[in-house]
Parts: sequence; structure tokens; C-alpha cells
Amino acid sequence: MVTFPAPSHLTARERARRTARGGASRSVPAPLLVPALIAVGFLVLPLAGLLIRAPWSRLGAALSGSDATQALVLSLWTASASTAISLVIGVPLAWVLARSSFPGQRLLRALVTLPLVLPPVVGGVALLLAFGRTGFLGRYLDSWFGLTIPFTPIAVVMAETFVAMPFLIITVEGALRSADQGFEEAAATLGAKRMTVFRRVTVPLIAPSLGAGAVLCWARALGEFGATITFAGSFPGQTETMPIAVYYALETDPDAAIALSLVLLFVSVVVLVSLRDRWLRRGPVP
Amino acid sequence: MRRSAVIAAGLAAVAVAGCSSSGSGSSSPSASSSAASPTGTITVFAASSLMGTFTQLGQQFDAAHPGDTVKFSFGPSSGLATQITSGAPADVFASASPKNMDAVVTAGDAASPQDFAKNTMEVAVPPKNPANVTSLTDLAKSSVKVALCQPQVPCGKVAAEVFKNAGLKVKPVTLQPDVKSVLSQVELGSVDAGVVYVTDVMAAGAKVKGVTIPASDNASTLYPIATISNSKHKSNAQAFVAYVLSPAGQQVLTAAGFEKP
Repeated sequence: MVTFPAPSHLTARERARRTARGGASRSVPAPLLVPALIAVGFLVLPLAGLLIRAPWSRLGAALSGSDATQALVLSLWTASASTAISLVIGVPLAWVLARSSFPGQRLLRALVTLPLVLPPVVGGVALLLAFGRTGFLGRYLDSWFGLTIPFTPIAVVMAETFVAMPFLIITVEGALRSADQGFEEAAATLGAKRMTVFRRVTVPLIAPSLGAGAVLCWARALGEFGATITFAGSFPGQTETMPIAVYYALETDPDAAIALSLVLLFVSVVVLVSLRDRWLRRGPVP
Repeated sequence: MRRSAVIAAGLAAVAVAGCSSSGSGSSSPSASSSAASPTGTITVFAASSLMGTFTQLGQQFDAAHPGDTVKFSFGPSSGLATQITSGAPADVFASASPKNMDAVVTAGDAASPQDFAKNTMEVAVPPKNPANVTSLTDLAKSSVKVALCQPQVPCGKVAAEVFKNAGLKVKPVTLQPDVKSVLSQVELGSVDAGVVYVTDVMAAGAKVKGVTIPASDNASTLYPIATISNSKHKSNAQAFVAYVLSPAGQQVLTAAGFEKP
């Protein structure tokens, strides 16, 4: 085995700093350790509660109820559809926000990322007032085409997209801002048209962030509750998604609610693991 | 999940408010003997359909009992029952169905409930009545968008009885969490009709129109009330229950369209 001696070219100050940093990780001062442990308990214990109370023996029975299966299928496809829509319209918007400049751009960015901080139920009310049957757009859909959006799976997809797309937009915009524009300029110099540059250079360059943003968007869409129940209502097989099914199951069949929660917990863990390079890495995220 | 977290936070807030106001209540001179004249804040968990009447009863009770405050948490009886059996800090439970009250009694959280009102169903339509609903049978038309309560919520259960009595198959577009949210879907014009309680149509005034259900098809539900076993304001809670059952309380309920049990 080859052992590497401590690099001798370090200055005294750097060596001291390294030692100090090593020391800090060995002993955590109690004023920090105690609240940190409380935080861990607070975040982890409820999940443990879910696992302890889980009806493991009749998990299959609790999940095989037609309502649970319908809710799972509905949630999976609506979350996927809203992620697809977000990719098709959200990524171009992220590009516009990152690569072009025009008056009011900062205001636009604030507006389109507002759903990140807006309570989802408020988003649902807003969607209802815009696209509902008596909403300012919805009334024309209804009177001209006989189309009613609320209470349909389309409303579920719209509610989920409204809440989840901003996650994709900010992730991709951040990646576009930090990406090396030299490659794009080189491609342009070599005669590539702007769309070709976008397709062949920009998208591959930001592919990891695109993937992470899409997974984040999908997970957020899957967990959507407030906007969905407000705008889309709730009917098994039509608009009753997993989180809504969990909420109602708690009133009638708590075991089924716990079983459904476990499924969502499992999906969340899978999502986190798939993002581990991004979020579970030690140190600051670039 | 998030909704229940919000409810839990709300309950915590109510509990904190309850503690603080009972604290200030006991410091007032009139409250030196709490056993003789109960003071403090009690929390009443009541079915959504009782929102109007119980708010009024609460104000009257507060006025008649200086130093007392009644706070309400309105919601679907099924959801409230679940919250109580999970340890929510309620002092009184007023359910829109004996079934949900039974669940609380079976769990040992309440005893000897008393029926205080009865309610029947009515069809509510938007004032303009876009689908031209004139009878209960119109709800079975596929072109009519109907909102109902969730089947485990009393208003959903009673509506199902009504349809069974009338021999109708109604496919709703949405199953709402409680009766007030069915009513708001009708008020917003999102649906063409909703099946709610007679008292809800009356309370909504001009915001909805009622379509009467024939007495032969109609179904009713009883409203039981009880104090919660581990209430910290037992005498106060009993005083409120007595007030609801008193002639003054019954008068408020009758005026709102409730029937005697």
C-alpha cells in the first residue's frame, strides 16, 4: 500500500484550518447537538409511527380494494402526464428566463414560480375561478364547446401541473444559467441554427438537471392534494388521487390509509434515492 | 395528509387558545369557584350542517354565561369522530348521524348521547338552474352534473337512502368532504345540483334554489349530542349540551328548519 504523507506544501494557516475542521466533526457542542437530535426525532419519528402501525399482515388486502388501485393508477398517470406537459412547455420557459432578456423578465420569473410558495388550495381556487364552469375562461369552454374541466382527470392533470411545473422550471433555469455557454457559442460559430444548438448541445448539457427537475416535478405532482381536491373534486377512478384517498380512508378504514401512505412513502424514498447524487451528497450543492 | 396536518395544527391552536383563555377566566373575580359557575373555553365539534345554528347558539350561550366562550370546529361528522377517537381536544360532539356518535361512544370517548334534532334532504340548484332541474328524478339524467357528500359522511349516506327510496341511479361528478362544500359547488355553479339538508338550502338564502324531495322518497337523519369523557371543562360542556336541548336552543334549531327528533 502506498501511503500519502500530509502535503508539505500547505501553509501553516491551511494546515491549522484543516485540523480545526477535523476536530469540529469529532465533537459537536451540546448547544448544537441537542436541538439537532430533537430535529432528527421530529422528522424521523412520525415515519417510524407509520411503519409501526402498518397493518403488515393485511397490507395486500388493504391495498387491493378497488378504490386504492384506482387511486394509484390515476395518480401515476396524471403525475406522469403533468410531468410530460411541464417538460414540453416548462423547459422552453426556463430557457427564455435564463437566456434572453426583456423588460419585466424578473417579474415574469416571480409570477411563474409563485405556485412554489402559494398554498396549493389557493391555486385550486384560482384554477376554479379561471377554468371552472362559471370561471372567466371556463364559461366559454362550456358555452362554446360544451366542455367542463372540473371533476375530470384533465382537471387533476391541470392542478398537478400548476403546482409542480415551477419545480422543473427553476431547476432547469438554474442549470442553464450555470452551464458553460462556450459549447453553444462554438456550435453556433460552426453554423448550427439556434434550435439545433438547443437540441444537440444545450439539452444534453443540462440533461442531469433536466432529469432531476422532472423527478422532482413528478413527485410533487404525485403528492398534490389541495389544488386537486379544490379544482377537480373527488370521485373514485375519476379524480380521487392517492393523497385524497389517504385522507378519506382515514375516516373509514385507517388501515387502508396507512397502507396507502406506505406506498407513497416508498415512492418518495425511491425518488430521493434517484436524486442522491444531487441531494444526498455531502457538502454544498453546486 | 397535508389537510390533516393543517387540522392538527388548527386543533393545537384551539387547544392553546383554550388554555390561555381559561387561565384568564380563572383570574377574574367572578370565577373564584369554578364548580358552581363553570367558566372557560369549551370546544364543540359539530357537523357542518350545524354551522349556522350552532354559531348562533354559541353566541347566545356566551351571552347567558359571562366568562364562558364556546369555540367550534365544524366538519364532516365522520372526520370529527375520527379526530375525537384519535384524542382531539373536544369537549362536546354534535354529530349528524347516530353512526358517527356510536363510533365515539364505542371508543369510550363519550357516553349516553341525546338526540336533539332531525333533518331531511332537499335538492339544491344554482339560482339560474342551468340544467332545469325540477324534480329529484332529473338528477338521474346523465346531462345533469350532481355533487354529493362522501358516502361515509352522514349527508352522503342519507342521500343514498333517498335515491334508493326513489329507485334512482345517480352518478355524481364529485363526492365532497362535507355538506357545506356540496352547497358551495352549487353556489359556484360548478354543478347543476347537489343533495343537501333542508336546513342548508334555507340558510343559503338566495344563493341557491331548493327543489323539494317528495316525502315518500325522502330520508332523515338524527343528530345526537354528547359531552366528551376526558373533557377538562365537564360542567361547562354539560351546560352547553343542556342549552342545546333547552326550549331556547330548540327554538333556534326549529327556526333554521330542523325538526324535533
